[in-house]
Amino acid sequence: MSKILRRQLIQSGLLSIGLVTLAPGLSTAAPTRKKKKKKKKSERKPGKSATAILGATMWRGYAPPLNRSVVVFEEGEIVYVGTDRSMAGEARVIRAEGKILTAGFVDPLTQIGLTEVSLEASTRDDEHAVADPIRAAFRAADSYNPASSLVRIARREGLTSVGVVPTGGLVAGQSAWADLAGRTPTEAISHRSTAIHVRLHDGSAAPFGGSRGSAWLALRQLLDDTLSFRANRRAYRRRNLRELHASRLDHVAMLPVLDGELPLVIHVDRASDIMNALDLAKQYKLRIALASAAEAWKVRRAISKAKVPVIVYPFDEGPRSFAALGAREENAAMLHRAGVKVALSTGDSHDVRKLRQGAGNAIRAGLPRRAALAAVTDIPAQIFGVDSLYGTPKVGRRANLCLWTADPFELGSHAESLFIQGRKRSLKSRQTALYERYAK
Amino acid sequence: MFLPASVMTPMVSAKNLVLVLTLGPLAGCFPPPAKPPSPPEPGALDALPPITIPDAPWRTMAPAVVPPATTPPVLIRGARLLIGDGTVIEKGHLLMRNSRIVSVGKGAGEAPDKATIIDATGKTLTPGLIDTHSHLGVYPTPHVNAHADGNEMTSPTTPDVRAIDGFWTQDPGIHRAIAGGVTTIQVLPGSGNLIGGRAVTLRLEPATRAQDMKMVGAPSGLKMACGENPKRIYGSRKIKPMSRMGNLSVQRSTFLQAKRLIAQWDAWRAKERQRQTKHARSKVDYQAKNIYRTEVRALCQDKRLPRFRCAQWEKSFAAQPLTKPPPLTPELPPARDIGLETLAGAIEGHILVHIHCYRSDDMANMMALADEMGFAIRSFHHGLEAYKIRRVLAERKISVSTWADWWGFKMEAYDGIPQNLALISNAGARAIVHSDSREGIRRLNQEAAKGMFAGRRMGIDIEEAEAIRWITENPAWALGIDERVGTLTKGKHADVVIWSGNPFSVYTKAERVFINGKKAYDASHPGPSWSDFEATP
Repeated sequence: MSKILRRQLIQSGLLSIGLVTLAPGLSTAAPTRKKKKKKKKSERKPGKSATAILGATMWRGYAPPLNRSVVVFEEGEIVYVGTDRSMAGEARVIRAEGKILTAGFVDPLTQIGLTEVSLEASTRDDEHAVADPIRAAFRAADSYNPASSLVRIARREGLTSVGVVPTGGLVAGQSAWADLAGRTPTEAISHRSTAIHVRLHDGSAAPFGGSRGSAWLALRQLLDDTLSFRANRRAYRRRNLRELHASRLDHVAMLPVLDGELPLVIHVDRASDIMNALDLAKQYKLRIALASAAEAWKVRRAISKAKVPVIVYPFDEGPRSFAALGAREENAAMLHRAGVKVALSTGDSHDVRKLRQGAGNAIRAGLPRRAALAAVTDIPAQIFGVDSLYGTPKVGRRANLCLWTADPFELGSHAESLFIQGRKRSLKSRQTALYERYAK
Repeated sequence: MFLPASVMTPMVSAKNLVLVLTLGPLAGCFPPPAKPPSPPEPGALDALPPITIPDAPWRTMAPAVVPPATTPPVLIRGARLLIGDGTVIEKGHLLMRNSRIVSVGKGAGEAPDKATIIDATGKTLTPGLIDTHSHLGVYPTPHVNAHADGNEMTSPTTPDVRAIDGFWTQDPGIHRAIAGGVTTIQVLPGSGNLIGGRAVTLRLEPATRAQDMKMVGAPSGLKMACGENPKRIYGSRKIKPMSRMGNLSVQRSTFLQAKRLIAQWDAWRAKERQRQTKHARSKVDYQAKNIYRTEVRALCQDKRLPRFRCAQWEKSFAAQPLTKPPPLTPELPPARDIGLETLAGAIEGHILVHIHCYRSDDMANMMALADEMGFAIRSFHHGLEAYKIRRVLAERKISVSTWADWWGFKMEAYDGIPQNLALISNAGARAIVHSDSREGIRRLNQEAAKGMFAGRRMGIDIEEAEAIRWITENPAWALGIDERVGTLTKGKHADVVIWSGNPFSVYTKAERVFINGKKAYDASHPGPSWSDFEATP
């Protein structure tokens, strides 16, 4: 039994990718069968259960906008993207002339579904707050609450998915990818394990000795131990292996990271730490992404050369800490110009709705608009390995779409209709309900 | 009237005193008519020298007037002017000189000699932005323990501390706030304490001494807090307050002490007035009697009065020896208590009260406390539930300083809604966008925009001319400086921002910022940060 469980855990990354290719409601179908069905679907005209959005100007990440676009989706999946209106078939039609259509926005670094009220510990599940700061086996997905009030509040501002990321520790745990809809965690969470997060903040190495070197040492030790663990599974089981510092499940969780299957997202700010992170990735052949990365612009060429994507907080400006003395709002723009793939995040949960304002500010600071759009749609999906399902609307991708009244990065626009997994979702929230109560 | 000296009161009327005083020389000039002089008489006190009793320190803060500084004339033309008072001039001009706004109006305006002319066609002009809630300098960046100077959390009430004393003038955030179009801020102590201390209004003209940044003549603020923070902080130390009950109890008893101080001062002043009056009277009385006796004796000596009368007088004089009243020993006023004096100043309206408060029922409790203690609340800060009681706030003329959309970070922030600003504004109360953040202060215009658009999305019609007041005129009012800043009005300080476009667009930047008619920021030549912390080799 434990063997099977272990294998499942090892394969959790792969397994979850398999799971998400299933359309919602078809979770019992095998991945192979699903693929065949998909092929069939794109051959025939969409049926009555399909929806077609006609006439919107579609903004598509790096690609130029598509005027008078036609986007058709059925059973939660996009079946056509183009300009041929006949492809709408018998679909229910939504006229969207004069509107802007984009993929639903994504904030990759939030605690949505894990936290309700920041200062109320009883409402928070984002940290595995044990003494040991190595918590690789901790999975945010296990705590995810799709009924959180934050879900609909974020949705109202055009977000359709979020990265659900654990906090605390040095190795905080595994993030999940969740759609901002669904009654059960299974309906909401498309990928239970999208990355392992390392937080190299001042003090995150306190239990090991406190200095930055201590943190890097602890991380190297974890990776080294995991290599030993991988090479000596049998010896480990028989207790014939030298003592490993992390728990067994932590090492199991780290295996896909060492295999380059699961990204290691390193939350770090200082340029020197960023260089350390790049070295670590090279040494252990890891797939990494940088997050926060206030001083990334200082070492952008090295980052670009290493092909490491960066998740930037667009509001970050000014020397907020000694590790982030170089924080500046041009960070995203400068990284982009240097050829780095940039995603944007609020790094927040309640304020996730500020994502598009943040993107607007990144544009103001020099990031091209298309790159900004990619930064909240395609790039996060790529970083977390979910781009087969998420990103700029494409056949086969999940129908997570947002129709905007105008430029989505402008403060004066708003999400007019929003589709998640192909279903139009209410833009009402607990906050609009409060408004209704008191508006009179 | 002639009475023996023994029944005479020590009073003397002004009329008689004058009579006595003038009689003296007269008597010396004429030969004996022998009419005896009238003795001093009790009467009115109008001739007493004016008595000045020192007043309580909080009542004697002299309002300073700053003379205009010399700055060269600058004429800005072609821009859209959001005046800040609810009006707009579509294509107008603004002339500033000698640190003041000289004229504002439609058209190109007339350029005086040697005026710098700025063509701002397509751009927008607004007053310099004002933030009622900043912790710049007291919680500066970078965040380090050594610079956390904003919360004196050693006692739940510290009305004696002053934000200006904790203000680090080298905060790198100052430069960035100016770049966001902000020209005036109120720096407050934090909300760890029920009564946090004095807030100060600063002009964002960087200076080495905080005193030099202080807006001369601006009233001080008093920072108070209700709700979760104080009870959490002291409750965790098992010190009162641990609950909202404790919050109110401590606030009430502290204000009662201040009221007692006011009563002590009033009593001391009344007593002192009585004492000094009595002393002045006895001095006057002594002088009058002395003159009268000298007069009588002089007449007797010259044998111009009957001898027996003279003997009678001498007898009565001897029975009532005249002693010069000793000098008044000073009586000290009530002991100085900077904290209670601050609260007394707040009660009497010399210091404006700013209360950190989220929940509508907490605000209601604070209003009840204010009524009970006799102070006025100038602004509720944060006020996320202000929309629930907006009509009461409008009626009581209490402004609300809040964010556009922060919420949920604690229980009392759980009911925040993005339409708060619009609802408050629409109800006729003064809505204010505050930052409480080094990040938000650089984007007050965007925050106001979000508040405006959140309202519009729900069908509340908020005009740009109104929304701009949330970051200009209304905060100026809350800080008691609206007669000097906050709108583009002739005679006011020349605090002017030229925006690259519509300030309610996310893409717009503050291009140029003038404070007192001097260029404080220019996006095309931003220059190095003023802060020494950011000195680079």
